[in-house]
Amino acid sequence: MKIYIEVNGQKKVYDVAPDEYLLDTLREDNFYSIKRGCDNSSCGVCTVLMDGKAVQSCTLLSVKADGHKITTIEGYQDEAKKLSEHFGHQGADQCGYCNSSLALTVHAMKDEIVKPTNKDIKEYLVGNLCRCTGYEAQHRAIKLCLEDDE
Amino acid sequence: MKVVNHALPSIDGKGLMMGKKAYTDDLSEPKSLIVKVLRSPHPYAKIVKIDTAKAEALDGVELVLTYKDFDRRPFTRAGQGYPEPSPHDKFVLDNYVRYIGDEAAAVAAIDVKTAEKALKLIEIEYEVLEPVLDFETAFENEILVHTEPEIHDMFPIGFDPKKNLAASYHMHVGDVTKSLEESEVIIEESFYTQAQAHVMLEPHNVNARVDYQGRLVIYSSTQTPIHVRRIISQALDYPLSKIRVIKPRVGGGFGGKQAIHGEMFVATVTLKTGKPSKMMYTRKEVFESSYSRHPMRFDIKLGSTKDGVLKAIDCWVVSDTGAYGEHALTVFMVAAAKVFPLYNKVDSVRFHGNVVYTNHTPAGAYRGYGAIQGNFALESSIDMLCHKLKIDPVEFRQKNMIKETETSPIFKIMGEGTEGIEMFMESCKLDYCVKRGSELVKWKEKYPRKELGNSKVKGVGMAIAMQGSGIPYIDMAAATIKLNDDGFYNLMIGATDIGQGSDTILAQIAAEALGTTLDKVIVYSSDTDLTPYDTGAYASSTTYVSGNAVLKAGKEMRQMIIDEAAKVFEVNPEDVEYDGVVLKSKDKEITLKDLSNRLFYNEDQKQLQITSSYYGTKSPPPFMAGFVEIDVDKETGEVDIIDYVSIVDCGTTINPMLAKGQVEGGIVQGIGMAMYEEVLYTKKGKLVTNDMMNYRIPTRREINNLTTEFADSYEESGPYGAKSVGEIGIDTPPAALANAVYNAVGVRITTLPITPEKILMAIKEKEKGEK
Ligand code: FES
Ligand code: FES
Repeated sequence: MKIYIEVNGQKKVYDVAPDEYLLDTLREDNFYSIKRGCDNSSCGVCTVLMDGKAVQSCTLLSVKADGHKITTIEGYQDEAKKLSEHFGHQGADQCGYCNSSLALTVHAMKDEIVKPTNKDIKEYLVGNLCRCTGYEAQHRAIKLCLEDDE
Repeated sequence: MKVVNHALPSIDGKGLMMGKKAYTDDLSEPKSLIVKVLRSPHPYAKIVKIDTAKAEALDGVELVLTYKDFDRRPFTRAGQGYPEPSPHDKFVLDNYVRYIGDEAAAVAAIDVKTAEKALKLIEIEYEVLEPVLDFETAFENEILVHTEPEIHDMFPIGFDPKKNLAASYHMHVGDVTKSLEESEVIIEESFYTQAQAHVMLEPHNVNARVDYQGRLVIYSSTQTPIHVRRIISQALDYPLSKIRVIKPRVGGGFGGKQAIHGEMFVATVTLKTGKPSKMMYTRKEVFESSYSRHPMRFDIKLGSTKDGVLKAIDCWVVSDTGAYGEHALTVFMVAAAKVFPLYNKVDSVRFHGNVVYTNHTPAGAYRGYGAIQGNFALESSIDMLCHKLKIDPVEFRQKNMIKETETSPIFKIMGEGTEGIEMFMESCKLDYCVKRGSELVKWKEKYPRKELGNSKVKGVGMAIAMQGSGIPYIDMAAATIKLNDDGFYNLMIGATDIGQGSDTILAQIAAEALGTTLDKVIVYSSDTDLTPYDTGAYASSTTYVSGNAVLKAGKEMRQMIIDEAAKVFEVNPEDVEYDGVVLKSKDKEITLKDLSNRLFYNEDQKQLQITSSYYGTKSPPPFMAGFVEIDVDKETGEVDIIDYVSIVDCGTTINPMLAKGQVEGGIVQGIGMAMYEEVLYTKKGKLVTNDMMNYRIPTRREINNLTTEFADSYEESGPYGAKSVGEIGIDTPPAALANAVYNAVGVRITTLPITPEKILMAIKEKEKGEK
């Protein structure tokens, strides 16, 4: 069946199966920033924003996205670049598999919380798992990036 | 130094965060056949009949593979050098299945749905066999996991499938029975370590195509592309020269991608059909059908004098390798080889035991393998000894542990799967690490405990650890440096970046040697057709072994450039001054840019390129001291980790920030293993923890504070003084946390993970005993 989604500001039409997940629809369309990690909403690497809110595309049926606005990090390249500068300086880069979705979730957090505290940041990003970094360097980088914005 | 020992940003982080095409699945061919595997529902069974007709008849199914499609050519998936120290005990497909999740058949179809439907149409009649599920009774059990006549070891490793032995081992120094008899104080305890899952966020992933030259080209999310090529060639009897393996960006490995996973299937499908194919493990398959850390039991005995001089270590170990013997011996040996030399002043050591087959998901390589298990057993029992002796654990270690310039007889006796080599510690700042760590954690103030009121107690605990830096005389790495016009370089390395940052730090080493900046070194790594040999990313070898190869190549390239300038100036090379940008001799000068353009286009034309190789003649250990501060709730057994202090001696840090990331990532995985991660099976051998809801890894919430520092250290044999840093971080948390729990609430947890339930139960029991 046909669904109409606006992806990163571009109108798209996808022909999807009723049991197809958005993760597959978008990866099929070469949105490489969205990764597959766990298949059951527990790792966060497939995160996209639906109408500005972070959702896990591995368990979101594509038909449910019909008529909505989807954003991926491909839509916020400058922001990703900026966060990655801080990641670079803090040594927060490792395998990078969690990075795009993390950047996107940080964006959503900024929209939702003004001046998030350390605790806010941890809680907001708790669903974005990372197996490589131990989180410490990511946190330093995210905090510095938020300070930069001020 | 201008580039090395500087915290430069990684060379690839930006593109990855921006979501560029980089990982294995991003690079699969459009319309690839989807390969799916039918997995055994039984822990042990014989396939009596297999009928694929219905599956083959399904529209969209291209191919169905069963054991009948493969010659009986056993191999090991382990992903090691050749000949492997692991038994060749695996067939691509066999008529026996040996664990729930083992491969019974495979299909290739036009899409996932069709492939999954086809799996359901394969009809298999199993003769279900009684499995071996308890590793402590597997040895000489009447049920044998492997009875195939073709399987074999490559050289003696104690392999004896008639006794369910994948490997066995014995070593001793001195007379341990006698030293124990003579010891005034004895500690005797058994410790259990559990299976831990890697949970790298990118699942195993591989795809294949035949290119326009008729060559089989495989992209694989692997740590060992060169071994993968060799193993495919041997197992499928297909010419090595017709296979190209490329490792793209990898989303984490931690040892989990050292072995072969779907490679045999995509290779077979693509060779048989001529069509591109791909396979991506579901998370369930990653848990159930790849491998995890070897569970082990340690029976350990320590002997010491009254005043705290450690005299003897005696240790018997049983290790569970599951259904296949990948890394059976190597992991086992490391449990002593990279742990026991910490206490090098003992009179005697004995270390022996068995690695047994069971009908569980296989065990295999996982960051810190063997060392984390051995460290938990030894460093826990050392603390027990300290308590019995009433000696501060920090002081005990300061007195008994290995120091700079010293050695241990174990280095010579034990390597990884083979004999080791004699080594003296040219760099060992363990004494500094212990001192600095105890200052930072405020040991003197906080040891052993402090009541916080309302049922909470604060405790501190510590442990020391060591690793290696590659496998001497076995691991070889090579690096090629090519000078391009305009004076920039390509660095081609076989070394395998799996997220640990090796492309960046090897480029830093090259840039330093060449006297240039990081942006002038363009790196290509891990393509078996284009990059030179490297064993791959394992055994903490990359910084030390590959780094030395890069350093050598860099120095030689620099000399080649000077030689060329000397010709231009018509002087001796010794008379050329070079700062990496401009070459000078008296009043003449030429920039590297002009020289390289001249070499390409104008005069005395040639390509400057050099390949250098390196293999270690020793494996200098990095060392660390880990200190942890925890709050324990006596009423719930709940533990809050307040701070984990790591002081690491890894020689020079090529990139201090990335090195820190390696340590901290390791610490957090170690905390996971220590506190809650556990691969669990039902009594019938079915994996319970087969998704990320049931198998929890640490989240941001659990990690409060990590304090990580490096000792000022320089390893003469390392590139710019560096040793390895990839594994050392994972080793200390289990013992340090067990020791902290003891210090806080007086109970000794000897079975990992240290869950609140275990702590609470032990507290209750202790209270009962006291009453
Ligand atoms: S893949 Fe969607 S949350 Fe893990
Ligand atoms: S960097 Fe590898 S999962 Fe986060």
